[in-house]
Amino acid sequence: MAINRRTFLKAAGLTTLAGVAGHAAMELLAPGALEASGPSKVGEYPEALTAKRWAMLIDTEKFTTAQVYQKCVDACHILHNVPHIPGDQEIKWLWTDSFKHAFPDQQHALVPDRIKNQPFLVLCNHCDNPPCVRVCPTKATFKRDDGIVMMDMHRCIGCRYCMAGCPYGARSFNFWDPRPFIENIDPYYPTRMKGVVEKCTFCEDRLAKGQLPACVEASEGALIFGDLANEDSEVRRVLRERYSLRRKPSLGTNPHVFYLI
Amino acid sequence: MLEKALQGNKAYWGWIASLLVVIGIGFGFYVYQLQQGLGVTGLNRDVSWGLYIGQLTYMVGIAASAVMLVLPYYLHNHKAFGKLVIFGEFLAVSAVVVCLLFVVVDLGQPQRLMNVILYPTPNSVLFWDMVVLNGYLFLNIIIGWSVLHAVKKGVRPASWVKVLIYVSIPWAVSIHTVTAFLYAGLPGRYFWHDSLLAASFLSGAFAAGPALLLLILMIVQKVSDLKIPKEAIQTMTKIITYAWAINLFMVLLKIFSAYYSQYPAKMAAFDYMFGGYGGEQLMPWMWNFVFLGVVSLALLVIPATRNNPVTMTIALVMVFVAGWIDKGLTMVIAGFIPNPFKVHTEYWPTIPEVFISVGVYAVGLLILTVLYKVALAVQRESAS
Ligand code: SF4
Ligand code: SF4
Repeated sequence: MAINRRTFLKAAGLTTLAGVAGHAAMELLAPGALEASGPSKVGEYPEALTAKRWAMLIDTEKFTTAQVYQKCVDACHILHNVPHIPGDQEIKWLWTDSFKHAFPDQQHALVPDRIKNQPFLVLCNHCDNPPCVRVCPTKATFKRDDGIVMMDMHRCIGCRYCMAGCPYGARSFNFWDPRPFIENIDPYYPTRMKGVVEKCTFCEDRLAKGQLPACVEASEGALIFGDLANEDSEVRRVLRERYSLRRKPSLGTNPHVFYLI
Repeated sequence: MLEKALQGNKAYWGWIASLLVVIGIGFGFYVYQLQQGLGVTGLNRDVSWGLYIGQLTYMVGIAASAVMLVLPYYLHNHKAFGKLVIFGEFLAVSAVVVCLLFVVVDLGQPQRLMNVILYPTPNSVLFWDMVVLNGYLFLNIIIGWSVLHAVKKGVRPASWVKVLIYVSIPWAVSIHTVTAFLYAGLPGRYFWHDSLLAASFLSGAFAAGPALLLLILMIVQKVSDLKIPKEAIQTMTKIITYAWAINLFMVLLKIFSAYYSQYPAKMAAFDYMFGGYGGEQLMPWMWNFVFLGVVSLALLVIPATRNNPVTMTIALVMVFVAGWIDKGLTMVIAGFIPNPFKVHTEYWPTIPEVFISVGVYAVGLLILTVLYKVALAVQRESAS
């Protein structure tokens, strides 16, 4: 509390105010020059995986048992220190829901049993036209050049406008300090503080180290990750061959998570 | 002029003291919320805005409604509003302060508030909402204060004040319009995604705002020497009647387009609100809204009841409460229910949330009291 009040006073103080004008002018003249959303820096690491447009395919035929799903979810949540908070104030990056809920506009009475009864993995769709980015008043949510929709946890003011904006329920808010709810804190990934929003990041931290997203690695081939802009990539090849669905395409957000049916 | 707020009788100081107590309690709960996080509210993953943002929305309307006095007085030279305009403007000042405080108490990281200014983001409606709200606040403080100064000195307001007054008229419309755009610009929130939303916000506000102002002025008339001209009351009640009728008409428009088209996502919010499908939290409130709305409209439309002080007062209270149910409570919550998975997660404010909200309102009332006290003293002096 003491720290909160001190930081608050500092933020409201004249020193900061003096800097505001300069910042604002800079923003207007050279938008984006100051913000964290500049060109992605993944290329600076030689081993990094890079793409022009990342996309994920979820092969629903290969997800035959609930265990495989659970493996993916656990891999993600353990690696990213996602807390276990019971109730409706929970945090979720990757989770499962029914076809009926994941595709509310596509269900009809005669959906095949396999589809109707199997769980579907859901996560942030890293939309190409993401409303969460459009509405964020601080650019704490931003889209990288490679299509990954990212969050700057240090800039987020916790207004939760992005949660109202996301039509996929992909964002979670830290109603509480998450740390007491994490069983084993992974020291290699930062934990969050209370009062900020968070969501799936397509494991940009792993891509930078040359690794595939944690869920893809744990999925035993049921998740395919790759560059949609590259004609020879595996994601492109599979999308040419198989029928796929995206969640709520009519909203114009252009999701980049594809469900192979 | 502010020193005029420091002279008052026992009742005045008793009122101030009780407001301070309520503010103190609210602040205590706010400190608790700061320490624990917004987990102490009833908000959740699916309903991520609630009571606080509802109050912001409703109070923006109250602030915007000052234009219903400013416009007839300055554009149409409606003399009866002469002495009252200042009270409308000061109500706007306190209402905007309340709005801004509700934004602050709703933030998860309030100490980072300045990020909105440090990283100006023109694509976010929230950025523009901050711009227009603060602009409107300053406009009304400057206008109200300089007009009052002119009254004190017995001169006409300077011409630059006149310019600001004309600017304030479209500006008032803009604050509620931009606030409506916060909601209307979101994909997949079918209940909000409505091109009429700003218009219906304004019509509701132009009824509820003047209703509140008239109620407050009637109280002020009781405890001071203010006289509300009869003609002013008549004009205001007529404005309220028309605005309220238009507002209720817009509710019917929404219901028609949802149910006649049989568009499931559009119907879902109304099913939930009026029929309780998926939960019953909002249902009694919505039916109360219907009851209050219809009865108050009848009382306002019939000249005999509109001109009778008792039935008129009842109608004004009803309009104010119905407007609050509509904008302050159900509009925000119902926009989130059902959630993007068509699942109904309920929300209801918790005790800390309620006390913090009451505390914020008490701050508004405190500012209002002080400003009205000054305005009354100045007007009394200049009259004698
Ligand atoms: S799924 Fe939601 S959070 Fe993810 S990019 Fe799209 S709108 Fe944003
Ligand atoms: S909660 Fe954070 S990320 Fe979301 S819109 Fe507000 S500032 Fe941006």
